[in-house]
Amino acid sequence: MPIPYHKPEPPSDDKRWKIVATRMRRLGDRPEALIEALHAAQEAFGFLDDDALEFVGDTLGVPHSRVFGVATFYSFFTLKPQGEHTCVVCTGTACYINGAADIIGAFGRELGVKPKGTTADGKISLLTARCIGACSLAPAVVVDGDMRGKAKIDELMAELEAM
Amino acid sequence: MSENAAAARTMRHRTITIDENAGPPRATARVCEAASCMSGNASDLTARLRELTEGREGLAVKRVGCLGLCAAGPLVEIAETGQMFEHVKPADAEDIVAALDGVPAGAQREPQGAFFEKQVRVATENFGVVDPEELDDYIAAGGFRALRRVLSEMTSAEVRDEITESGLRGRGGAGFPTGLKWTTVAKANGERKFVICNADEGDPGAFMDRSVLESDPYRVLEGMAIAAFAVHASEGYVYCRAEYPLAVKRLQTAIRLAQRAGYLGEHILDTSFAFNVQVRLGAGAFVCGEETALIASVEGRRGTPRPRPPYPAVAGLWGNPTLINNVETFASVPTILREGPERYAQIGIGKSKGTKVFALAGRVVNTGMVEVPMGMTLREIIFDIGGGIIDGRPFKAVQTGGPSGGCIPAEHLDTPVSYESLLELGSFMGSGGMIVMDDTSCMVDVAKYFQDFCRDESCGKCTPCRVGTTQMYMLLDLITRGEATEDDLAQLERLAGIVQRMSLCGLGQGAPNPIFSTLRYFRDEYMAHIVDKTCPAGVCTISQPAEVMA
Repeated sequence: MPIPYHKPEPPSDDKRWKIVATRMRRLGDRPEALIEALHAAQEAFGFLDDDALEFVGDTLGVPHSRVFGVATFYSFFTLKPQGEHTCVVCTGTACYINGAADIIGAFGRELGVKPKGTTADGKISLLTARCIGACSLAPAVVVDGDMRGKAKIDELMAELEAM
Repeated sequence: MSENAAAARTMRHRTITIDENAGPPRATARVCEAASCMSGNASDLTARLRELTEGREGLAVKRVGCLGLCAAGPLVEIAETGQMFEHVKPADAEDIVAALDGVPAGAQREPQGAFFEKQVRVATENFGVVDPEELDDYIAAGGFRALRRVLSEMTSAEVRDEITESGLRGRGGAGFPTGLKWTTVAKANGERKFVICNADEGDPGAFMDRSVLESDPYRVLEGMAIAAFAVHASEGYVYCRAEYPLAVKRLQTAIRLAQRAGYLGEHILDTSFAFNVQVRLGAGAFVCGEETALIASVEGRRGTPRPRPPYPAVAGLWGNPTLINNVETFASVPTILREGPERYAQIGIGKSKGTKVFALAGRVVNTGMVEVPMGMTLREIIFDIGGGIIDGRPFKAVQTGGPSGGCIPAEHLDTPVSYESLLELGSFMGSGGMIVMDDTSCMVDVAKYFQDFCRDESCGKCTPCRVGTTQMYMLLDLITRGEATEDDLAQLERLAGIVQRMSLCGLGQGAPNPIFSTLRYFRDEYMAHIVDKTCPAGVCTISQPAEVMA
């Protein structure tokens, strides 16, 4: 006898779950939509919490273990809430030989934050990227989605401290 | 098909030609709106220029894709004269409009200097010319003519023959003959076949695919549609990095508009051929550039590779025959079928035909996108096109092929670039990143950088790669700290050989390459760290042991 399938309810009545559910429905609520669904959830909430992982897994018929496996395999997904502002320092080859390590060092020295960490006041999260393809503007830093090419440490730090 | 449907389709096609009736503007400002110039607020500039030229007859402002010379961005070019404005700020808009005003009727384009004149454009022929979000503009530049020719005049076997004749090889790096790959997929058994465009450009220091998708997305779709026809596929995916939001947005716009105009979807160009394309986002895993890992990721799983054979051409996406080509490969296809394979095969050297797009970056003056004929020497690319080294410092090495590639020193600068020549030099064509280094880079440190990359990006499935890359990183770290002995170096070399031979996929097999190539050309730098406990480039901080100080 087939097991009756009930589409799971969103974890809360937060409207953002509708965006996630719609994206999954457009892809037929099938297991292969997993990565797209996680993208949708992270775009909507900023990070992936247990509720999001369970909801996505239940809707697509993917075991929770596999959802967790996928969410942790890909470095783009984060399971921790991010600070108010995010800074992505590119560590691609061109940025590296043009001083990306010094920029990361400055974050540690001046703001007390390491890659994948958030400042104590929850204001700024620091991430690194393997390469954002802005090699001709090396070293590149992305502040809240805006790219700063040929980044200068003092200018960048002044800007962040004023945030 | 009903008459109404046919009429509607003809209507759709008619809308495309309307633009041709409007008189051409006397002078057009082309504003580069690729990611690099966008970060310099190029879109504000476009808006300001539009404001200033509004109602002025004969003057036009156009958003275009990458103009190439990213180092000097934001860029504006006057189409008729070729005059280029560099480092443009919104305040410069008045000057540009004044220059537009001064363009005489029937003006000729002036040469724009070695950076532009030495390039040969195939995959990037529309860069800086067409508006990447306007379908009509692409069509006006000869777009979809190849697809029309293929669907109306050719059989799929003829298409495959022309691609084989052109000598096109995979531009993702390995250089597998494209015609052979297409034939394998076409002949494989299976009702359902897929075409996948690999836009997971993970190599650090490479941005060719991003530029192609941002500047000319329709071309990639046309190439994919032609490939689908040639291999009897009707579904396709573009697997693109999530780190490239602008490329994804433009690609999605292009798919939507191409579908609406009947260049994608069902009954393409009123034939029975159907081809649907979807975009799938990567999520930051370098290994997904490997084709079996990429397939796993499109299927919504962890991106881990599997042993081949069976190759994806036989058993790929959900077990079906699947054609996977790189963005640049697909982007070359429309030109080949429009101009004929002989024209393409005339360019190039030996077994490496045609052109290659490179992303010039690092310590070179003219960083940016360049497309050159195969067989051009590294010296011409770096010193003539690239303008040499920043601040006139001495050239030390050029790194090609990303984390699977190697560093080529000054004595080999006169080598003509081809798949074979780069392999002989211990490097690798790769997807086309070209990072120039001067005397401020320590080659041991560079090898360590790439090993750190591979260690972090190793998917962990096979032991030689998972454990080997970490061990190699630790040995290199010892060397850069000045704590290694010659035994450690011997151990490193032995281990590198094991990882190269035993790893499951290209990531592990290629991971020792940066070590091999730096050891081959810069062994003295390794020895300086190990024996003299100094870093010749002054990059590594070596804690001096007491007995050496004495």
